[in-house]
Amino acid sequence: MSAGFRSLWGMPILLGVLTAIGLVAGLLGDGWWDLVSVTGLGVPVVVGAWHMFKPAAHRR
Amino acid sequence: MSPVSLRRWSWIHKWSSLACTVFMLLLCLTGLPLIYHHEIGQMLGNEVEAPALSPTQAGAAPLRADLDRVIAAGKARYPDKVMMYMSQEADEPALWFLTMGAHPNDEKFVSIAVDARTAQYVAEPPIEGGAVMAFLFHLHVDLFAGVPGKLFLGFMGLLLIVAVVSGVVLYAPFMRKLEFGDVRHGRTARLKWLDLHNLLGIVTLVWTLVVGATGVVNTLADVLLQYWQSTEIAAMVKPYAGQPMPARLASMEQSVQHARAVQPGMAVAFIAFPGTPFASPHHYGIYMRGDEALTSRLYKPVLVDAATSQVTDQRTLPWYLSALLLSQPLHFGDYGGAGMQFLWALLDLATIAVLGSGLYLWLKRGRAAARPKAGTASKPAPQPALAREGESR
Repeated sequence: MSAGFRSLWGMPILLGVLTAIGLVAGLLGDGWWDLVSVTGLGVPVVVGAWHMFKPAAHRR
Repeated sequence: MSPVSLRRWSWIHKWSSLACTVFMLLLCLTGLPLIYHHEIGQMLGNEVEAPALSPTQAGAAPLRADLDRVIAAGKARYPDKVMMYMSQEADEPALWFLTMGAHPNDEKFVSIAVDARTAQYVAEPPIEGGAVMAFLFHLHVDLFAGVPGKLFLGFMGLLLIVAVVSGVVLYAPFMRKLEFGDVRHGRTARLKWLDLHNLLGIVTLVWTLVVGATGVVNTLADVLLQYWQSTEIAAMVKPYAGQPMPARLASMEQSVQHARAVQPGMAVAFIAFPGTPFASPHHYGIYMRGDEALTSRLYKPVLVDAATSQVTDQRTLPWYLSALLLSQPLHFGDYGGAGMQFLWALLDLATIAVLGSGLYLWLKRGRAAARPKAGTASKPAPQPALAREGESR
């Protein structure tokens, strides 16, 4: 994997895998599974919100 | 990516999106309150709750009323109607919901909640959760157009999947010179919204694909059920072809006990009475579900002779109905508690932003697209203006 590929697709793949884990974990059980599920689904939402609402001055 | 393939993918993305955007916006907007339909139903007083038991009643645990008495409570209220279905929700074992009509396929059925512990009448919940929720529900599910409406929305869902996939392909050329999550403020508004469209689109990618694809599967529910009825149910009841409906229906309590005996550890999800599409004129269809997170979503049909209460046949659901049943939670987001519900709502809002910004980018395309035609472009590269703008920094 080239550095270019990683910098372009690394984050999207990570967030996609987290989402998939979150979606499946909730189906497998309750309690801890639900916590895994909320984390998996929550991280992409937080990452998206952070980049959406971060102050414009933070950009390079 | 070569300029030709870039133009091709741009074309696919543009037209697949434009064709479905209005309907997807409608589905996202109506879906938002549907995520919270239980809570809204409770707020509007349309949700039935099991009454609290008196201390003496509660002391006599475990309380479970004879099912024939539960049915009798409905019959007492509607002596002229026949039983169509009775069902129980997995998280509310204290209630039975009876569906009764003038005949087994009555579209003007009534729904009656009966206490599963005391066999006392509880309430008549409004059909589909009341007028407002029913309106939103139909807008979301079939556009008030029945099965054709569902299949039409299913086709729109397929276009959404095409739009998402082509959007991912286009993500690379647009983001090559940007870091993940870069949003270029301070230049044109269009550029900012292009970056937000790419950011929110890629962040919600897997969720949108899963909710979109499971939504498409759900639009096939009627078709799949009809196929199953005409094949497997027909085969199960074939030995009884031509036999009349039993003059006196056998005890439901005994029928369920016999069904439980062949499927130990399972609970009754719903029961179809003779003459309904989920039974035969001569049988009860008793649909059992498991008690674990995954198996509680799946049904096991047990066919019981409605004259003798003996089990006739039992089957495993075919793969396509299991897929349908498992796709429902993945579409509804109702299987991971309040946290998941809330994230479902946020992801739904993010999808609305992706759809809205996509529409905005298309409406504002004029200036960007006009440049090469006017011959004022500084770069003569034969790429769509959209992509060039994405690459420049």
